[in-house]
Amino acid sequence: MEQWQHLREGKRRRLERARQIAPSKIVRHEQTVDLLQAVIEKGDRVCIEGDNQKQADFLAAALARCDAGAVSDLHMIMSSISLPEHIALFEKGIARTVDFCYSAREGARLASLVANRKISIGAIHTYPELYARYFMDLTPHVSLICADAADGAGNLYTGFNTEDTAVIAEATAFRNGVLIAQVNEIVDALPRTDIPGDWVDFVVKSPSPYSITPLFTRDPADLNEIKILMAMMVIKGIYAPYGVRYLNHGIGYNTAAIELLLPTYGEALGLKGSICTHWMLNPHPTLIPAIESGFVQAVYCPGSEVGMEEYIRARPDIFFTGHDGSMRSNRCLAHLAGHYALDLFIGSTLQIDTRGNSSTATVGRIAGFGGAPNLGCDARGRRHGSPAWLKAGQEQARYAKRSLPRGRKLVVQIVETFQERGTPTFVEELDAVKLMRDMGQEIPPVMVYGDDVTHIVTEEGIANLLLCRNEEERIQAVRGVAGYTPAGLRRSAAAVGNLIARGVITRPQDLGIRWSDASTDLLAARSVRELVEWSKGLYRPPRQFIRW
Amino acid sequence: MEKLDFTFRCSGERVESAAVSVLVGVVSSGNLEVFIEKGGDPSCCRVEVATSHGGFERAWRTLFADFLFQYDLSGYAIWINDAGAVPAVVKLRLHQAVEELMEKGR
Repeated sequence: MEQWQHLREGKRRRLERARQIAPSKIVRHEQTVDLLQAVIEKGDRVCIEGDNQKQADFLAAALARCDAGAVSDLHMIMSSISLPEHIALFEKGIARTVDFCYSAREGARLASLVANRKISIGAIHTYPELYARYFMDLTPHVSLICADAADGAGNLYTGFNTEDTAVIAEATAFRNGVLIAQVNEIVDALPRTDIPGDWVDFVVKSPSPYSITPLFTRDPADLNEIKILMAMMVIKGIYAPYGVRYLNHGIGYNTAAIELLLPTYGEALGLKGSICTHWMLNPHPTLIPAIESGFVQAVYCPGSEVGMEEYIRARPDIFFTGHDGSMRSNRCLAHLAGHYALDLFIGSTLQIDTRGNSSTATVGRIAGFGGAPNLGCDARGRRHGSPAWLKAGQEQARYAKRSLPRGRKLVVQIVETFQERGTPTFVEELDAVKLMRDMGQEIPPVMVYGDDVTHIVTEEGIANLLLCRNEEERIQAVRGVAGYTPAGLRRSAAAVGNLIARGVITRPQDLGIRWSDASTDLLAARSVRELVEWSKGLYRPPRQFIRW
Repeated sequence: MEKLDFTFRCSGERVESAAVSVLVGVVSSGNLEVFIEKGGDPSCCRVEVATSHGGFERAWRTLFADFLFQYDLSGYAIWINDAGAVPAVVKLRLHQAVEELMEKGR
């Protein structure tokens, strides 16, 4: 009998030690370091909640304050490495190994930890891939999560930002892991229960609320004519002909421009109701005008966005909300929707090679992926049709030998050929290949594989890679929209001319787009203040976005 | 400040305009001014570039070759005053200038 109880026994042992310090479920925050030292054992797999939005920052800081003699050799499993305290865990020797998804803010420090052999990177994942491993080989022994509020029984309310909490709690609680939550407040009655209290072992009220980044707020005032031109090309050259209804937009100004053109340019093209009706998307403030003008019918959110709370609360037909009126987000489920149920994913990147592979990893900086690889790939397990998915599949079937009809997710990369400081986006070899060698990884950190990409959009035009007959044509199609970058200048003028004639490359003029129309006058909102006006005062932007 | 001087034989769509000249854009960081004026050799188009960012002659030459393959601006001169615009902005301003010229020609 006992030989089947090692995990349960391990949890009993940990809780017994913990009870010497904290006899009840609600723990004073001054006791957090002692609690963690009592609960965590050498070599444990420990999950710290924190993605590109909310962070269990108090618990992360407490773990970093632990004595490296008492807590060591931890294997960290975390969606993001984004706090200085995360880096400190490795500098102090508390943790040795990490499996993660995203490290934008601390990307340069992470690269230096790797160079100094202070960290061993298991793998860089896409979000739902890491969640999957919680249930396979990377189940946490101890998880440190965060929530808006708890009651005395340890029930948790996660408010608008449930994000990763639900999936971490599930994996930990049902495999005899120890679940510790930091909360902003402890209340008598919660607005609703997001995590049942009997899954939760300890609750700490943190001295200050958990930190959260308004990552998805894009100020329309920062949009230029090039982004507007490219947004017009996407709407007229991709969304309209395929009839794209179910979609995700990456983070960035290019896609913010598309959102702000729907009520103006999209409406003028008569596309309301036939494109962009259902979204898997964080609640981008730049989507407000499209929602208010009736373009958008539903939005399912992986997380929330600071300042959007009251707007979301007032639009329950659009957003998924609880009986209490606040939004329920869930990054794991959103990414399931994003993998299987989208017609199209569009996002930007830092580098694209001539085969269409893309990466945001650059030398000296390990950025990671977030969710993009999961969204930016064809879902080969998909078995339901939609007009856009079927049309893309038919295009692909023209030159790929297929005996049965099949669909295809549209995966679009939208980039300017040069970035602001004159760095070419198109390259012969991705920095990711060098980074793979530097990190001792088996595969390069590629964000979207070339064979998953269907369209590349630049200011030069749209390359439809589905219509390329062979590899050489694909390379010419990529070079053909790479403009005056070194990779673009190596195009064959004859081959590119032929691709234009066949409609594989479509330029603005081929779509009947006037360059003079690419003006900021076309944006439904030209400032954050106008977004607030569209929202009828319900959107309350964070202070750093208020310029009036 | 680098100065470049090119002369191109044109093909493509003939640009007819009643206007003598057109000016688009501004000389501010990352932007440029494009001035197109009638005059000079009727068999070709002369391009003069003054740029704050030197070392991109081949990119400029290829960009104009592409543009003047698409639009026939024989008998015009193009003056560029560039403050480090990326090619995307250069192309946008050129197209805007030609669209404005052609609209004035109607």
